[in-house]
Amino acid sequence: MADIDAAGAEIVLPKRPNPVVGVLKSFLLVRESKVAMVGTAILVFWVLIAVLAPVIAPYPPTQQVSEMRNAAPGTPVPAGTALISFTEQGVAEIPIEGTYWLGGDRLGRDVLSRMIWGAQSVLIYAPLATFFAYMVGITMGLLAGYKRGWVDDVLSRLGDVILSFPILVLYVVIITTFGASGITIVLAVTFASGPGIMRIVRGLVLDLRNRDYVAAAQTRGESSLYIMFVEILPNARGPLIVDACLRLGYTTITIGVLGFLGLGLPPPDPNWGNMIAENREAVLTAPHSTVFPCLAISSLVLALNLLADGLREISLKD
Amino acid sequence: MADVTVLPVSIEPKPVGEPVLEVEGLCISYFTRAGEIPAVVDFNLTVHAGEAVGLVGESGCGKSTVAMAVMQYMGSNGRIVGGTIKFKGRDLSTLSTEELRQLRGSEIAMVYQEPMAALNPSMTIGRQLMEVPLYHEANCTEQQAYDRSLEMLQAVRIPDPERLMTAYPHQISGGQQQRVVIAMALLTKPALLLLDEPTTALDVTVEAGIVELIAELGERFGTAMIYISHNLGLILETCDRVCVMYSGEVAEEGAVRDIFNHPRHPYTHGLFGCIPTPNRDKNTHPLTPIPGQLPLPHQRPEGCNFGPRCDFFEASHCGRGTIRMDEITGNTGHRARCAKWRQIDWATHDPAGQTYNAMEPGEVVLKVDRMQKYYPVQDRSLAAILSGRSVRYVKANEELSFEARRRETVAIVGESGCGKSTFAKVLMGLETATDGALVFEDAEIGDTEVQKRTKKQLSSLQMVFQNPNDTLNPSMTIGQQIGRVIKKFGVETDRDRIDERVLRLLDLVKLPRDFAIRRPRQLSGGQKQRIGIARAFAGNPSMVVADEPVSALDVSVSAAVTGLLMDIQRAFNTTLLFISHDLSVVRYLSDRVVVMYLGQIMEQGTVEEVFEPPYHPYTEALLSAVPIADPNVKKKRIILEGQLPSVMNPPKGCPFATRCQHRIGDICDELPPPKQEIHPGHHIACHIPSERLAEFDPVIQIAAE
Amino acid sequence: MLIFLGKRLLAMIATMLVVSVLVFLLLEVNGDAVAVKVLGPYSTLEQRTNWLTANGYDRDEHVRYFDWLFSMMRGDFGESIVFHVPASEIVMDRLGNTAVLGGLVFLIMVPLGLLFGVLAGMKEGSLQDRSVTLISVITTSIPEFASAVLLTFLFVFLLGWLPATSSMSDGWDPAQMVLPVMVLVLYAFGYIARMMRASMAEVMQSPYIRTAILKGLPYNRVIMKHALRNALIAPFTVIILQINWLLSGVIVVEYFFNYRGFGALLLTASLNQDIYVIQACAMVAVFVAVGTQTIADVGYTYLNPRIRFT
Repeated sequence: MADIDAAGAEIVLPKRPNPVVGVLKSFLLVRESKVAMVGTAILVFWVLIAVLAPVIAPYPPTQQVSEMRNAAPGTPVPAGTALISFTEQGVAEIPIEGTYWLGGDRLGRDVLSRMIWGAQSVLIYAPLATFFAYMVGITMGLLAGYKRGWVDDVLSRLGDVILSFPILVLYVVIITTFGASGITIVLAVTFASGPGIMRIVRGLVLDLRNRDYVAAAQTRGESSLYIMFVEILPNARGPLIVDACLRLGYTTITIGVLGFLGLGLPPPDPNWGNMIAENREAVLTAPHSTVFPCLAISSLVLALNLLADGLREISLKD
Repeated sequence: MADVTVLPVSIEPKPVGEPVLEVEGLCISYFTRAGEIPAVVDFNLTVHAGEAVGLVGESGCGKSTVAMAVMQYMGSNGRIVGGTIKFKGRDLSTLSTEELRQLRGSEIAMVYQEPMAALNPSMTIGRQLMEVPLYHEANCTEQQAYDRSLEMLQAVRIPDPERLMTAYPHQISGGQQQRVVIAMALLTKPALLLLDEPTTALDVTVEAGIVELIAELGERFGTAMIYISHNLGLILETCDRVCVMYSGEVAEEGAVRDIFNHPRHPYTHGLFGCIPTPNRDKNTHPLTPIPGQLPLPHQRPEGCNFGPRCDFFEASHCGRGTIRMDEITGNTGHRARCAKWRQIDWATHDPAGQTYNAMEPGEVVLKVDRMQKYYPVQDRSLAAILSGRSVRYVKANEELSFEARRRETVAIVGESGCGKSTFAKVLMGLETATDGALVFEDAEIGDTEVQKRTKKQLSSLQMVFQNPNDTLNPSMTIGQQIGRVIKKFGVETDRDRIDERVLRLLDLVKLPRDFAIRRPRQLSGGQKQRIGIARAFAGNPSMVVADEPVSALDVSVSAAVTGLLMDIQRAFNTTLLFISHDLSVVRYLSDRVVVMYLGQIMEQGTVEEVFEPPYHPYTEALLSAVPIADPNVKKKRIILEGQLPSVMNPPKGCPFATRCQHRIGDICDELPPPKQEIHPGHHIACHIPSERLAEFDPVIQIAAE
Repeated sequence: MLIFLGKRLLAMIATMLVVSVLVFLLLEVNGDAVAVKVLGPYSTLEQRTNWLTANGYDRDEHVRYFDWLFSMMRGDFGESIVFHVPASEIVMDRLGNTAVLGGLVFLIMVPLGLLFGVLAGMKEGSLQDRSVTLISVITTSIPEFASAVLLTFLFVFLLGWLPATSSMSDGWDPAQMVLPVMVLVLYAFGYIARMMRASMAEVMQSPYIRTAILKGLPYNRVIMKHALRNALIAPFTVIILQINWLLSGVIVVEYFFNYRGFGALLLTASLNQDIYVIQACAMVAVFVAVGTQTIADVGYTYLNPRIRFT
């Protein structure tokens, strides 16, 4: 048998490309769509706010100044106001000065500071919950779509049942049962959106599993695990990234809604949903305490939706 | 191709009527983010009444763009940037929207490539047909429209047209759908009919019927036709004149006989060298692929577009300016866009070069013995549940028996649904056989799934896949993909040694080494197929299954890939199992042929035995249906009646009995045909005695020159 | 068709049964927790034990499940702890109010969404397309509670045109319906418009639309007869499933505007641990959801001849 190694010529190995550089470069793809750029810009703004919250927030988010209750935006803190603090050394008075640029809420807390800290709260819990939902959804979807047969039947039926619950009713039932906390929210989101993600992944896998390169992997005896995670999953990433952006936006809304309904993170967490719930009675007297958090959450969700739209547009161009 | 030194004797052109379509200096561009991309440059064409003109060329040459320009339907980013299109003397670009509407579908009609997609899925066929007269004739009543549609369905020879009028497109077969589309186009008796690859999506025996129908209707209604195809054989059978297009330009045009007998443009010549006609042979008269590849529209060279691929290229003549069309013979309109056609002496030009010695087949590598593959299908109709027969079986493979030897190329040939791909799946272990034996290198593998096969078995039996866009994982580099195979099969374990072997494999398939770090989307279709071949040979296989490896490629690319596959086979003593629907390719490259129909083997034998009488009536029909791009070949015309039966419900006796042109009686319907041995190794499954079969006239005769 | 319908109905019943098991497991199986909810956190252990025995909670789980299931099927969901009336009565009463709200929302949202979607999808990339896409992406980005606040701020605080609450305490008042309906329509019509746009754009690209144009049909006919019918198939399911979404959406809106509907009831029950009302609400909600799913499937099959005749 001839051997290809006999084929003379000296071998010079080409440089292996650096995978990290490749991943970083793919982020630059965003530049191809204006819509995606706008989305990214707003998103980066909020991420920076969240990361820098301890530095840029003028006041602690829970600090109450009774004189500033429902104060209008731009009201300066009256001179001589001080916070009485009980320390080991005794009672200390810490003077408070400056201006409540976005006004005060019904307990006299600074709306701006609460909004800044609220960004941190939402940008921790929404990605966390979405991430867990994706882990579960991707695993189930890969199994159902690749294995087919009874695995698919069981997982799909189960998903259908969960999806047939009106989503907020499901949250209410889950949170009534387990009580309101950050972990419950993550669990509830995973439980409620996992099946939806599974459905999408399954659909993608059903298409991708018939590709010839999957057959090629099968005919060289690759394990199911290798085929699912190496041959199939990376090729489903486009639609999944788009869906993840949308779902992140949706989770942000959900966390806001739960906060608004009093089922979310317990007060005094400066969650945007909580802020709106706490001040909604004052919507006609001191609208600033609800309107600004509304704009904040809407702009964050808008950023994610624009990003998803832009990414979809970019992926269609190729 | 016979060579002539004298200029061709001009053939009297067929008498033609008034010019219907006159295209002059047409230039079409697409406007993308990257800028203007010229799709068609300086295109001229005159079509007379009753004439059929072929537009032929490889993908991306601009032939469909021309048709869409004639229809004035360019999409949002395409625009006509120069020249005129006149229909019956009227410049189409000056027409108003309403005038254009009245013209479309009534004076100029079109038949499309994918009939299923071209018909509205949620509207009955009757409605879709009736719309045409209703919206083109002022006083047409519903009843008249209905009668006319029905009449036209009869004209395109669709059985039971009344029932069809109320059916939806998905309820009928592909061949019938295309007949409906043709009926729709001809309802208003248009002066010009555009056919855009009308049979490419159809099986070859169905194609033969459609081609005959188009020719007959064209004659009957006196319609001028523009027939767009990539298949030169089909053009020869259907057209009076032909334009050969290359990279947005017409390379050569003229009467069909002139072009086929005496091509003048090196590209046309090259194309013919890539087509496996019956006088080609892989050992003594191999195909001669055109070197290089098609330039991308925005990277066309200076001067002649074909220059970089041409053996006769001379920078001073061909490398600059615009090359004009040049008259070769005045009276038949034979013209070529070549600066050097007078200097080229085709008689002494012989690019064929290498010939090979036929390889002696060695020991049996694969033995298939009465192998069956049935798929259970749940029938959920009420009748089936009530009668208790809710599980039925699709007999995808019924009692297959044949052998393949070392160094041999065995072809399995058949139309869609014949079970050839199912067999490949069982062989590769992606499915298991229902019954029978499948012995590969002395081990039974028929019921061994791929996960349970040994590493040796896996690496010795590899596959080349059909679709170039599907065969490679888009998210991995070429090097990673080939390297994975080398590692998986344990050929090499050290990382640098693996990389080294990847590069040697790239050398083997004649691709540059830096492809190792590229991703599939940066490669052309032919290059991807080469990588697919490299991957299959990475583990030194003793047998390679090639499932339609070139059917998705252009002719010139396909010739090169076929040649490569056979070179590697020779070098490695590999057994090749070649699965194909294309009889021309099969005849060209295989040693033994297995003809399948509806899951059963109808005939098998050496390539000479199968392609000469005695043969099975189905083989005969297949041979007749394949268009041959050689005017010196005479063919017997056999058009099969009826449709392919459903695999769910195959005929009880001989599977081919429902369409057979030599059916001898009820015995064909009732009893499975006996397997007659004509010679050792040549089997025909037919009720007709072999002596009678031997009396058939050969389908193909090559006229002596 | 009959078999298909039968199968869908069976699937619907099966789903309901699975859901009932889930609800039972979540809310009912732990008898002690139920006792705490019914008797309150300050009840003594003895009181709870007595209550459990009296109400049959000392029996085996599966016996209790079937007992619970059968009484639900008879319409007996237990008595509300907060309102002291049968849970089924109050749920049905509130469901009626929600149906009025939901019906109005649907009546406005669906035609609006479809119209916008068709206009955008007809000419992909045109100005009308980009405007519709932009409007819909913005409106779907504003959560219901946020748009409720913003619209109240605008129409009540700044303009003073509309009442801020919709409790209908002085009888039925159409003006009080405007804000809740507007909030729900604003959030959801964009979704329908986007679906319809995508579907329409895809259909307009399809070869059969090219066929229709090239056979010389007037543009109106191409749109109305060839494009619309096919483009409606995919969004149909989405539209019907919006009923399911509405059941969630109304919770926020009813709570915000004090509208006495199903959503507000579920929330009150949940905050007050009114366990029997929660159960009733959950089961009713799932019934409506599964029912709409079935309607969606059947309607889809009817609209799509490719499925109907196979």
